[in-house]
Amino acid sequence: MSSQKVYDKVDYFSPARFFDPTVALAKKVDQAKAELDKHIVDIVRWHFSAETGTPFWLEMAKSYKFDPLKDVKGFNDLHLFGAFEDDWLRGGPISRWVPKGFQGRPTYVFETGGTTGLPKSRMVMDDFRIDYEMMSETLPDQYFPRGANWVMLGPSGPRRLRLAIEHLAQHRGGISFCVDLDPRWVVKLIKMKNFEQANLYKEHCIDQTLSVLAGGHNIQCMFTTPKLLSALDEAIRNGKLEEKYRSLGKKVPAGGLRSIKAAGIIGIFSGGTEFTPQFTREAYEEMLDNGEVYMTPTYGNTLMGLACSKPIGPEDGFKISYYAPQPRAVIEVVEPKDYSKKVGYGETGRVLLTTLTREFFVPRFAERDEGEREAPFEKYPWDGVSGVRPFSELASTTVVGVY
Amino acid sequence: MIHIPAIRQGNPYKSLEKTTLVHHVTGDPLAEVSQVTGSMIARDLSKLESARKELQAIPAAEMLAKVKLAGKLFATAELPLGDGIQSFEDYLRNLSGSTGAPIVFCRRNAGKVQYVLEHIDEILAGLTRGMDLRVLDQGHLVQDGRMMCFYPTTSSLGAILPSNSPGVHSLWVPSIALKMPLVLKPGREEPWTPYRVLQAFKAAGIPGGALNMYPTDHSGAGEILRGTGRSLLFGDSTTTDPYKNDHRVELHGPGYSKVILGEDAADNWPDYIDLIVESVCANGGRACVNASGVWTPRHGREIAEAMAEKMARVKPRAWDNPDAELSAFANPDIADRISGMIDGLLANPGAEDLVLKHRGTPRLYKEGRCAWLQPSVVLCDSHQHPLANKEFLFPYASVVEADQDEILELIGPTLVASVITEDVGFIEKLLSCRNIDRLNVGPLRTNILMWDQPHEGNLFTHLYKQRAFAQAPLKRHAGV
Repeated sequence: MSSQKVYDKVDYFSPARFFDPTVALAKKVDQAKAELDKHIVDIVRWHFSAETGTPFWLEMAKSYKFDPLKDVKGFNDLHLFGAFEDDWLRGGPISRWVPKGFQGRPTYVFETGGTTGLPKSRMVMDDFRIDYEMMSETLPDQYFPRGANWVMLGPSGPRRLRLAIEHLAQHRGGISFCVDLDPRWVVKLIKMKNFEQANLYKEHCIDQTLSVLAGGHNIQCMFTTPKLLSALDEAIRNGKLEEKYRSLGKKVPAGGLRSIKAAGIIGIFSGGTEFTPQFTREAYEEMLDNGEVYMTPTYGNTLMGLACSKPIGPEDGFKISYYAPQPRAVIEVVEPKDYSKKVGYGETGRVLLTTLTREFFVPRFAERDEGEREAPFEKYPWDGVSGVRPFSELASTTVVGVY
Repeated sequence: MIHIPAIRQGNPYKSLEKTTLVHHVTGDPLAEVSQVTGSMIARDLSKLESARKELQAIPAAEMLAKVKLAGKLFATAELPLGDGIQSFEDYLRNLSGSTGAPIVFCRRNAGKVQYVLEHIDEILAGLTRGMDLRVLDQGHLVQDGRMMCFYPTTSSLGAILPSNSPGVHSLWVPSIALKMPLVLKPGREEPWTPYRVLQAFKAAGIPGGALNMYPTDHSGAGEILRGTGRSLLFGDSTTTDPYKNDHRVELHGPGYSKVILGEDAADNWPDYIDLIVESVCANGGRACVNASGVWTPRHGREIAEAMAEKMARVKPRAWDNPDAELSAFANPDIADRISGMIDGLLANPGAEDLVLKHRGTPRLYKEGRCAWLQPSVVLCDSHQHPLANKEFLFPYASVVEADQDEILELIGPTLVASVITEDVGFIEKLLSCRNIDRLNVGPLRTNILMWDQPHEGNLFTHLYKQRAFAQAPLKRHAGV
């Protein structure tokens, strides 16, 4: 069973279109490139035309020495827009980001940052639904059964993730339970070096999750982050779920509840820049019963959507390679001092992100991350990125992975 | 290349993430060190109560014998290091190579670790004030007609260790003899000593479950401090301040140790110059027991000049020179920053570095990829000068004049004070002074070792707590 799609089909790009193993990779790469070039022309036309355009971009276009409607013919022309500055997303009015073509539609605003000063805001209508339905096609039903219920152990509040996971669960016929988690408060505690309170807050979040797991809701799937996965595993291993059962007057099942697997979870969808190969290995070997509980890392944010990873496991040294949902978003790995130059395959560079949907156009935004450029592969015939971590020149000023 | 794994319950663990140690002189890679995450540490910590019970089951006498054997093995045996083995001499060369401490210092500090292990009964007598150690076996006993009962405050001892002062390892090694498992985070450049000590323990028959070493990052260190019931934290005040109200964490920050001349000794200052210089300079001046201040009622300038004249002769020498007196900075940027900070503070009126004119060269000396900081003696015209009560990672001392009546109010927290006086009234004040942790009265160096007394906290009272205990006579029923 699937929820009814309320958005235009034109925005949806099934990942399965490249899953045919009989088509050669080189041909897929060419197809993907042609698809991307065509999509870029469509998206730029949408955001810069007088009828459907986005107020912010229409205003910006007045200062351009090129005509976006005529001069942008494909991906290689995106450099004309220069680099996107994230400060453009701070402050209002948010309506300047709503394309004229979508005026009147129900609109969400999602935020990132915001511990101090103005957060970055992004308005959204259906993109999170589209992104997560596309991603849903890549989840194995064996580990993310249709109809299974989920628990969302991640940030709540003005973030897209909570709604996105909820939609994912609903799209797959299940219901998502959520916790209250305010990452801005955690960042403040860490900046104050109040580690005791930060840990208490983490325990508070884990305790909420244990209540959901003990509630008899047949939870089989979960979203979480590396730190919270570890904390949940630690709590369960230390008998906290069994304590929760007893505190609720419930009998602990025979065999106990001392692992994530024993708690009934079989599939974990997880994200965060702290997803290192070593953490993945630890999770696989020591938290998830040597892979019996399936985990798929993703890389994403409010601006881009989410990038899927190649399957992870010991055969590949637990390497994590992400691929953006092209053509709706593109990841490039570029020279930190010259964004126009891609680094070679396997070489390290800064992650440059381009978002190309009719709701949101973000050309060439320099993420706060770095990684190694990965070659196209069978299911995702375009460039990817591996080893994603905070950009080294910014890392010392960034508080990462607080949830 | 050598690979140094993490140690989890006595077993090596090779991580996918590693850091590389390089030789401070050549820049050549010395070793790769496996790095683990805080989550792994947290997971392992939950298993340590069973490891503690394993240690608990070993009788105290047998335990002491094993620890003494470990001391011998540490200093003589070829012990495992990653996939290979390592001799004691190789250990010293590697330790010197990655930290910049000359081999002669490394040997001296390793000697302290060896001494503590081989004389563990003497050390424990100092920590417990001579208590019969069978109390650790049975939890209670009657000694000299008094009931003694202690219980463990934790299942493990965590230690966040530094890279720049190998002598500190003598502080945590008694933990095993006290039947407490170890959870160590080595300093980034100094995994060598913790790794070798744990290998010596293992070879001596200590159960592996009690032996844990986790090279990790800041968050992993936080996990150790959070998850172990008792720990030692070494670092500067930035590192230690967040834990100053946490009784579970014993802090080992700056020492601000001092030599103080009393009214009755100040005029005889020339007699004590060698002692003062030794207190400042011994072992490269990096230890918290090195003096970083000389306080006197008068003759401040003469004392400072005499110190400067002697300390100007302390020169950088090669890491393998047996006469080396200074440690190199494996990261020369740190030396640059420290020297720049001192110069910046000297710009405040009322202070003068007197060694510069005697030496004729700047404090900072660079050669190749290394840097050294040569000694400084800063004469301050007031205890309020920002350089009057500072401590740095090289032989540095301020000289401050203050009236004897005021000195104890002005010195601030002082790990070791060597107070040269025979004035009974002053000695009485010293004995009740709360600013001083370790007190030497008379012409004694600040860095003298007294193994029969607790040094920098008491590991025994950190790990065990006394309680009242009474037991009714046991009823022995026939047939039971």
